[in-house]
Amino acid sequence: MASTTLSVHQKALRSTVVKKAVMAVTGLVLIAFLLMHMFGNLKIFIGPEAYNDYAEFLKQDLLAPILPHGWFIWIFRAVLLVCLVLHVYCAIVLWLASVEGRGKTKYVRKNRKEQTISSRVMRWGGITLFLLLVFHIMMFTTGTITPGWSGGLIEPYDMFMGAFSNWWVVLIYVVFMVVVCMHVRHGFWSAFTTLGANVGAQARVVLNVLAYFAAALLLVGFLLPPVAVLFGMVN
Amino acid sequence: MKITLKVWRQAEGEAQGSMETYQLDSVAEEMSFLEMLDMLNEQLTAQDIEPVAFDSDCREGICGMCGIVINGSPHGRYESPVPTTTCQLHMRNFHDGDVVEIEPWRAGAFPVIKDLVVDRTALDRIVAAGGYISVNTGSAPEAHSTPAPKLQADRAFDAATCIGCGACVAACPNGSGMLFTSAKVTHLANLPQGQPERRRRVKAMIAAHDANGFGGCQNIGECASVCPKQIPLESIAQLNRDLIASLFRADGKSA
Ligand code: HEM
Ligand code: FES
Repeated sequence: MASTTLSVHQKALRSTVVKKAVMAVTGLVLIAFLLMHMFGNLKIFIGPEAYNDYAEFLKQDLLAPILPHGWFIWIFRAVLLVCLVLHVYCAIVLWLASVEGRGKTKYVRKNRKEQTISSRVMRWGGITLFLLLVFHIMMFTTGTITPGWSGGLIEPYDMFMGAFSNWWVVLIYVVFMVVVCMHVRHGFWSAFTTLGANVGAQARVVLNVLAYFAAALLLVGFLLPPVAVLFGMVN
Repeated sequence: MKITLKVWRQAEGEAQGSMETYQLDSVAEEMSFLEMLDMLNEQLTAQDIEPVAFDSDCREGICGMCGIVINGSPHGRYESPVPTTTCQLHMRNFHDGDVVEIEPWRAGAFPVIKDLVVDRTALDRIVAAGGYISVNTGSAPEAHSTPAPKLQADRAFDAATCIGCGACVAACPNGSGMLFTSAKVTHLANLPQGQPERRRRVKAMIAAHDANGFGGCQNIGECASVCPKQIPLESIAQLNRDLIASLFRADGKSA
């Protein structure tokens, strides 16, 4: 791949900065999706009807009649999948570049002050996030894993209530959301910086405050329904 | 004061080295860190041990030659109350009986030549790719004929204070040279003289950065926190803006 005949423009197009920009844009799309998803889940508190209707609406009717019934969800899934694939592809290529960048010999002593834990676990955290995502999809999208109900896919509300009446499913989701929260904490700030929004010391503060806010919102918003179900506060 | 030094020793041409321990008994607090190393070397020479190789030149914080990792931070930044180069770090920041660990910059792009001396020509190759402006030689043009707005001039000047020591790379968990590269890009992008080659410059410099074994940036911020010249982290955002914008605009036939 590393051909010497690439023009400067072509090399710039393949640079680490462009890969980071791709990660930033796809990451922000995924964060936007998560925020929407989190908000939608809160409908569990209104009741079975509201929740099931909402789930049904997402699958069939959104953007209808512009799109034929049932199309939207597949376009939506395709977009998310493309984002995820691009995001992870760039993450892996940049990871390899980092391994080369660090060099073979490690520091005997490291004393780093600026880094946050979130920023240093983006890669392993990302992998954990991915595995938990697969678990999530196998449960609620494909109905392969069915804790608390039987027979594949059933009404969304019943799956939700069934799954989160198991303490261990709730525990897995607590871990899942802490990982997401940490990834978004650094990712949100990093994405905007990669896209050039860090224009000064104040912008850095603002972006970081927003990052904490988005991360905390996702953590609390996503965990409220499962915890409430576990403690029997939803009926 | 008494200082115990643990120093990375690596023979020339060897891929591996190890930490060796030396004892200094009468270090004065007025000594600079490099004077303390000079003292060590005199002692080692007297004992018939090969002196420790380290880089230095101006010893007044302006040339960028010196640079070692002291107790885990480049230029001993975390031992010092102010941003500093190794040559401007003084022994008054240490205490009697301290153990001080000294290592070379460690990064894929900076192979160790010997002991604490690393090869930093990768930084020169980034500059050679575009960190300049092309002007014909001859008499200097009248400076007032190209006014530079104050804010941009200040930004350019701040970025131009980069001495190319490489501490940013040494501090980066990814071994990225993005702060260095962005300082050069920010410097020229804010001056009228830098405009004609602005787009091509940023593309060429990033290409050279990536080709020379530096890692990508993760916006962690370690680099700016150890920079002796306080090049701000937002320089990297300026580089990103310029690079992304440059991809969408034609810039001569060859770009
Ligand atoms: C719903 C899923 C995800 C969301 C919302 C998300 C979001 C983000 C965002 C916004 C960024 C910042 C981009 C930038 O640095 O400019 C980011 C960075 C990153 N993500 Fe993700 N991501 C997700 C999944 C993953 C997965 C599955 C991996 C697996 C390897 C991953 C690995 C990374 C890495 C390595 C970075 C770079 C960190 C950095 O620049 O500091 N992400 N992510
Ligand atoms: S020796 Fe010149 S900056 Fe330290």
